[in-house]
Amino acid sequence: MAKQYETVIGLEVHIELATKTKIFCGCSTEFGGAPNTHTCPVCTGMPGSLPVLNKQVVDYALAIGLATNCQITQVCKFDRKNYFYPDNPQNYQISQLYLPIARNGWVEIETNGGKKKVRIHEMHMEEDAGKLVHDEWDDTSLVDYNRSGVPLVEIVSEPDMRSAEEVIAYLEKLRMIVQYLGASDCKLQEGSMRADVNLSVREVGSDTFGTRTEMKNLNSFKAITHAIEGERERQIELLEEGKAVVQETRRWDDNKEHSYAMRSKEDAKDYRYFPEPDLVPIVISDEWITRIKSQQPEFRTEKLERYKREFDIPEYDAGLLTESKKMADLFEATTAICKKPKKVSNWLMVETMRLLKDNNMEPEDLRFSPENLAKLIDMADAGTINSSVAKEVFEQIFLNDTDPLVYVEEHGLKTVNDEGALKETLEKVIAANPQAVADYRGGKEKALGALVGQTMKAMKGKANPGMVNEMLKEMLKD
Amino acid sequence: MDILGLSAVELGKKIKAKEISVTDATKAVLAQTASVEPHINSYVTIDEKGALAQAEEIQKKIDNGELVGPLAGVPAAVKDNMCIKGQLTTCGSKILSNFKPTYTAEAVLNLQKAGAVLIGKTNMDEFAMGSTTETSYYGPTMNPHNMRHVPGGSSGGSCAAVAAQECYYSLGSDTGGSIRQPSSFCGVVGMKPTYGTVSRYGLVAYGSSLDQIGPVTKNVTDCAAVLQTIASYDSKDSTSVKREDYDFMRALTEDVRGLRIGIPKDYFTEGLDREVADAIYAAAKVLKEQGAVVETFDLSLVQYAIPAYYVIASAEASSNLERFDGVKYGYRTAEYEGLHNMYKKTRSEGFGAEVKRRIMLGSFVLSSGYYDAYYLKALRTKALIKAAFDKAFESYDIILAPAAPTTAPELGKSLSDPMKMYLSDIYTVSVNLAGLPGISIPVGRAKNGLPIGMQMIGNSFQEKTLLRAAYTYECATGGCYEQPAHIPAADLAGKEA
Repeated sequence: MAKQYETVIGLEVHIELATKTKIFCGCSTEFGGAPNTHTCPVCTGMPGSLPVLNKQVVDYALAIGLATNCQITQVCKFDRKNYFYPDNPQNYQISQLYLPIARNGWVEIETNGGKKKVRIHEMHMEEDAGKLVHDEWDDTSLVDYNRSGVPLVEIVSEPDMRSAEEVIAYLEKLRMIVQYLGASDCKLQEGSMRADVNLSVREVGSDTFGTRTEMKNLNSFKAITHAIEGERERQIELLEEGKAVVQETRRWDDNKEHSYAMRSKEDAKDYRYFPEPDLVPIVISDEWITRIKSQQPEFRTEKLERYKREFDIPEYDAGLLTESKKMADLFEATTAICKKPKKVSNWLMVETMRLLKDNNMEPEDLRFSPENLAKLIDMADAGTINSSVAKEVFEQIFLNDTDPLVYVEEHGLKTVNDEGALKETLEKVIAANPQAVADYRGGKEKALGALVGQTMKAMKGKANPGMVNEMLKEMLKD
Repeated sequence: MDILGLSAVELGKKIKAKEISVTDATKAVLAQTASVEPHINSYVTIDEKGALAQAEEIQKKIDNGELVGPLAGVPAAVKDNMCIKGQLTTCGSKILSNFKPTYTAEAVLNLQKAGAVLIGKTNMDEFAMGSTTETSYYGPTMNPHNMRHVPGGSSGGSCAAVAAQECYYSLGSDTGGSIRQPSSFCGVVGMKPTYGTVSRYGLVAYGSSLDQIGPVTKNVTDCAAVLQTIASYDSKDSTSVKREDYDFMRALTEDVRGLRIGIPKDYFTEGLDREVADAIYAAAKVLKEQGAVVETFDLSLVQYAIPAYYVIASAEASSNLERFDGVKYGYRTAEYEGLHNMYKKTRSEGFGAEVKRRIMLGSFVLSSGYYDAYYLKALRTKALIKAAFDKAFESYDIILAPAAPTTAPELGKSLSDPMKMYLSDIYTVSVNLAGLPGISIPVGRAKNGLPIGMQMIGNSFQEKTLLRAAYTYECATGGCYEQPAHIPAADLAGKEA
């Protein structure tokens, strides 16, 4: 019988924090911007410059640490990690090794296999590096230090995950927590959330770990899933052939859907970590922790329960709405204006989700205002526009945050509630479709639909479908 | 009038009284540098044009009452490891031979605000690593008292410039004695303030946890005036300390009655030159006569200071100097193949032997497997040394010590035996390890005519106690407002010939 293998996975997750300024200087963290415009002597490693810690970074790191059930290191320190590379202007990265801000936490994940705790080994604060731009025509490389010094936290899990499904569940859970805290937007594509996967395989029942590899450059959940599956197969194949897995760092190539070795353990660098002498230890008082705790937002579970209770929303719907903080915020804000929670929930769960998918967007990318959605709901409710027009208008709101009142007015989309005009059209439709009329009168209820459709078409969609139905039935009575 | 013979504060007064113009004082200093520099080499850069332009501007501000401080209009020099916007800042190294900073160091900004006329940047051991100013890429600086001898280091240029009247005062930096030791060799007053008193922002780091900028002056009054000017809380330096007492000139009173002075017996053992020991005992006697209580005691742990210092300073330096890689600024090797070859060649060509030695030492003690045995042990030793000083300061206000075991050695003698050179830092490095203030003042000359300095060490933030004792000594020995002996330019030139 073939051997059964188990996959053992631990993650190192980097999250870019949503501070306005960098971790050790006052430069903007804004994404984009001409190269080297968000820079100063500190984040370009000028001789004599010194780092000063941005306290907001500690606030965010504390919030994440507390929300992931970590122990807080109340006297924590920064260390220097030394390595030469041009994206790193000082040739050392200010990070935390010896006394990271948080340790020994856990988060609960839920998969088809049920609920499970994934333990967090530690979380530390550090600075991001710059970006290298290779000019192939000129055979040179250029450095952009705009990202140099953007604050990151790195969350290192224990090797507690056993499948890609669990990994994705863990990442989604982390992302949700961090987004709820407002500590980051956690976009994998833009690199504000990055995950390195440490993976090994072992025979089922074994209590020792196999040799692990580390995979980098995973920019989407899809890439992570594929990389895990591919790496599991690669390692099992090696073992089956009687070969050894080499401890190494592998880079995932998203286009080729394949990973290749970057460097082995023998080439592993000695980072010569030592305490950063330019920064003083961070003393986190009980009061500081209490303050951060008191500012913790309502997390998903509490929110979900409240939605069921307060708005009478079904469990499934409440679950969907609270999956992303952005969505939940939109729901609450819109409901506060129009006081129609179920209608708001419907718009968000159906049309919004559909458009997100069509446009390949994340809930965090939503830009429309609750005011405009509330207006739309009121207009549809009042019968000012019919449901198909409402969908059309919503698409405009979704894409451009358009004011529905203005849009409907400008495009003449108001429902025609004028009985006279409608009757005139209906008479024409009845006259032009004797077969359908005969079918309906003969008992074929479905035939009415065709007539309604013809009417709506003739009225360019602006008729009130309820009214059309009723009047048609009335007129077709013998 | 002997303009050059004045102290900084005296010149400041005369400028204010309109007896001397800022431009005249600046011109006098520039003329002195022109005649002295070929023999002494105190400066890496002299900014003649800039100095004259500053002089005019500052004169206007003095005239219209904008500048009223004691140092307004007084020409000064800055060690070449402090950034001045747009001005060459070399750290005595080839690797920064073309580097012009985009900003000015906080301590220098403080001088500029006070109306200093900045003459130029002074020579130093490469990246402040050395005790002789011989490791500079720009050639050694000579001791103005005898040009066959070194001025000490690493702030040798700053101390020689003051001694040779090429400026009225200067800024040095002190990581393990780099202000106090050359001050003692050059017969000037030099102070290393409590760690955190003067901002390190803009000081090119050597050993970040030990580095401190301080004044080099002709007398104690000037020392207090300069310290008062450069000391400030700076939010750009996380290790900067907010102090209550920036009015250091108020400490200049002639009164040491009841002041408890301890002389560590373990400092006065073999290896200390007899003449140096005698001069310090004589100075201690002067203070005793003025009413101080002087005793000897055992400081302990003295022999561990040197190894702990060289491990910590080199470890920090190995990391601090990583940024000099040919990528962003400074020297880059002419020809290379690929990134790593560029790094290697740039750094091999750009750094001198002493810097490379310390980078290797520092990299070694931080390597995995050696970190605990060397670096951590050194940190623990540092804590024990601090504790030994804390204990001593329970009994004493001031600790008296030599600044160096000998007077200034001859040129070329020290670098041949680096271990011996390192050991000569025995009296100064522990002050940096403990973060304490220390001052070196001239207390006489050896038979060879070279100055002898005495170091006084105070408890943290007790600069005023040190200044008061130093001032009292200076007054008692007739040195009040008298700059230490030095050799005028004409004589210098004659001797060299």
